[in-house]
Amino acid sequence: MAYLPNGAAERQQMLDAIGAASVEDLFASVPARLRHPRLNLPPPLAEQDLVAELERLAARNHPLGELDSFLGAGVYRRYVPAIVRAAVARPEFYTAYTPYQAEASQGTLQTIFEFQSMICGLTGLEVANASLYDGASAAAEAAMMAVAQTGRRRVVAAADLNPETLSVIRTYARGRKVEVVTTDGVGDAVGPEDACAVVAQPGFLGTVDDPLPVAEAARAAGAVSICCADPIACALLVPPGELGFDIAVGDGQPLGIPPSFGGPHLGFMAVRQELMRRMPGRLVGQTHDHHGRRAYALTLQAREQHIRREKATSNICTNHALTALAATVYMARMGAGGMRRVAEVSVQRAHHLAKRLTGLEGIGLAEPDRPYLWEFAIRVPGDAEVFAAALRREGIVAGLPLGRVDPRRGDQLLVCCTETTSAASIDRYVAAAARIAEPAGVGA
Amino acid sequence: MSGMPEPGVGAGEPVAEWAGDEPLVFELSVDLWGGPREVEPGVPVEPLERLLPGVGLRTTPAPIPAVPEPVLARHLGRLARRNHNLHQGIYPLGSCTMKYNPAVNEQLAGLSGFADLHPDQDADDVQGALQLMWELERLLCEITGMARISLQPAAGAHGEWTGLRMIQAYHAARGDTARTRVLIPDSAHGTNPASAALAGLEVVTVRSNSDGTVDVADLGGRLDSSVAAVMMTNPNTLGVFEKDILEIARIAHEAGSLLYYDGANLNALVGLARPGDMGFDVVHLNLHKTFSTPHGGGGPGSGPVGVAPALVDFLPVPTVERTGDRFLLDHDRPRSIGKVRAHYGNFGMLVRAYAYIRSYGSTISQVAQDAVLNARYLQARLALLFPMAVPSDSMHEFVATTRGCRVSELRAIDVAKRLLDYGVYAPTAYFPTTVPEALMFEPTETESKRSLDLLADICAAIVAEAERDLEHVRSAPHLTPVSRVDEVEAARRPVLRWRPEA
Repeated sequence: MAYLPNGAAERQQMLDAIGAASVEDLFASVPARLRHPRLNLPPPLAEQDLVAELERLAARNHPLGELDSFLGAGVYRRYVPAIVRAAVARPEFYTAYTPYQAEASQGTLQTIFEFQSMICGLTGLEVANASLYDGASAAAEAAMMAVAQTGRRRVVAAADLNPETLSVIRTYARGRKVEVVTTDGVGDAVGPEDACAVVAQPGFLGTVDDPLPVAEAARAAGAVSICCADPIACALLVPPGELGFDIAVGDGQPLGIPPSFGGPHLGFMAVRQELMRRMPGRLVGQTHDHHGRRAYALTLQAREQHIRREKATSNICTNHALTALAATVYMARMGAGGMRRVAEVSVQRAHHLAKRLTGLEGIGLAEPDRPYLWEFAIRVPGDAEVFAAALRREGIVAGLPLGRVDPRRGDQLLVCCTETTSAASIDRYVAAAARIAEPAGVGA
Repeated sequence: MSGMPEPGVGAGEPVAEWAGDEPLVFELSVDLWGGPREVEPGVPVEPLERLLPGVGLRTTPAPIPAVPEPVLARHLGRLARRNHNLHQGIYPLGSCTMKYNPAVNEQLAGLSGFADLHPDQDADDVQGALQLMWELERLLCEITGMARISLQPAAGAHGEWTGLRMIQAYHAARGDTARTRVLIPDSAHGTNPASAALAGLEVVTVRSNSDGTVDVADLGGRLDSSVAAVMMTNPNTLGVFEKDILEIARIAHEAGSLLYYDGANLNALVGLARPGDMGFDVVHLNLHKTFSTPHGGGGPGSGPVGVAPALVDFLPVPTVERTGDRFLLDHDRPRSIGKVRAHYGNFGMLVRAYAYIRSYGSTISQVAQDAVLNARYLQARLALLFPMAVPSDSMHEFVATTRGCRVSELRAIDVAKRLLDYGVYAPTAYFPTTVPEALMFEPTETESKRSLDLLADICAAIVAEAERDLEHVRSAPHLTPVSRVDEVEAARRPVLRWRPEA
């Protein structure tokens, strides 16, 4: 049997030791009519057949590596250094449990401590937790923290938050009967009734506005300021903490984690010192062992569900430790300098692509007056879905048709470049777009 | 750092290279500007200030040093040696189901056809991924007896909250708006009340009987038109099957409440009995428990949540649907509770769980049978050393206590810490909180009899040692990379990040 080490002889020996006549006797407390339902499950598979079966399913997909992809929208195909994969493939890390017994879990604990320190450094804030599920749920947790901190029940969010993030904030808020309003002018809108102001850096369309006034307006209103930040952008831009934000959250997926069809990714959260005890999730602290040696342990657990139950700061238990390890190894390998160069290459390629695309007849920037990093929205002739479909037939994933998230943007595409977007790939995009953007090509 | 044994040559006994203090990455490098060679832009380069007018750029780098790869590799190797893990020894954490994580599942989840997919690709480009999710949902429905399942929640607690949100939506849709309370047994996991609070529900605790099961009379007395749901774990956290479950389901439903199943302990029953048949309306699963996806040192997990037919409309968006041979994501579900996370779930974990279920297929009930047999055998051996928390027959896990064992001063934490010296992990200690000095063992089905015997022998040796030299047990562990860690100090003066020395 697949992963069952005991055979008939061992099973019998164990039954004898228990004093039971059969395994069925061990289930006597389960009402007989519930036992052994007739299940419609397929026959078991030999490992070789299992591999063939899943390879067949995998082959029905078209992974990004086979295509020229310009998709971003919150999930980025960035280069993953080999040592990142090597680290997360170690059974010492991936088969371990949450490090409850500190003495036998120093490896995991120290890497989490390093992760927390790096997230603090990246965001310019004082305390970071051990990880959350993803950027969207991290933003929702931050908003709920602000509700608890201020006792206010309204969240003011920038209209250009990632739509996934915005909808998850709404789902969390609905349960708590918290109102969520969106606006293009968060700084002007936030007032003394509001729990928090939430903005993104960069925004969903790749643009970077000056977020400083938002942090200042929130402080003046007694509200918590929250910045949803891209971690690679944090290596290039003045980080949220230095801009005066109280909380930075985001998705660590660009830090060495594959897109993996949307998960598992990595939520991170960093806060000002005053908010430390309101944080959700695990925290690792440095301390000593009884011989005075430096050691690490889970700490401030009085915030957590297994101690405080319904009074906990959050219900989170299992978080995303292994993807946090990937991010830790990525950041240690790249360093601040390496991450900044990744950001710079991405900016250069995106701006180069934008310049060439907007040089084509009928294509222009959708937000021409706002600076952007490595992602930008373009207007195309006609329906962006039709335009993207035409490019896809040439092996190019042209970007995200924005009509899918905003009906008013049906003629727009969100286009992304990273350090994995080659110059040759950019050339192919431009050449294909030139053919298709010709009025006859689109038929619009 | 003073007082720390340095690796290598010192005045006293040799210290193995990996056993001394392990520097932090910040102590291994101070290189904030360098790092690995980056690809050339390959396009005409313009000054950043021109490309990003008015944008505030960092003037000082983030304090994250680039560590040379050979140094980083050894750092990780040394840290790895400081972790107990499933490839080293038994991990008998009760309620955690630390079963072996099949190697082939890691290989399969890493296939580029799965890992290199973007969630916004066209459905035509991800038919295999959608098919896998659609089929996994069907398999899990079959195993749980539920009508539909959302694969989205990222972990068990996330599934609990998602399930409770659906229960709230169900009651609200019927105009039944006064149901604001949740009944939860006193032995429940802490996530249950915490999830209820996060959903805006009030928690009411239900008493347990001396046999460890829910006191049906107490439960019945609390059921009224203000109760939205009763949350149950079955078998419960003592490992005992709730023998009155059918009666509990009947009276809960009669009072208009729904019944919620915390799937943390499904390993006792997988393939052998179904929560849906017991009358549960909402079920969450922990793929990182019952379905073998790795715990990763604390996640990522996956917490799918299943529902009875009356709640299908409220599932999170999107759902995966099939029309003919084609699979697609359905976002157009007006009664949905909305999105509970970005995208569609921890897909990498779904691949592993799917592979796991397909490897057992129709024989999967053997998992439950061996899990229960292993636990009962270990319990039979440990019963010679420790009193059991309750007299009832337990299933896949059991709770022992050091209170009343041969050494009256021996505490649960002492046994737990001394076990680490033997290269095995400790059981869950001090949970459930209803049992003093609790030690909760769950060996899982992937432990051999030999491994169980070893654990029992070690426990016997620890009790015998405590009779001779209690102090040596109480000061354990002695052989781990660090000795007993001062957790009080960690909480009193929190040091949560590295800072450069002033």
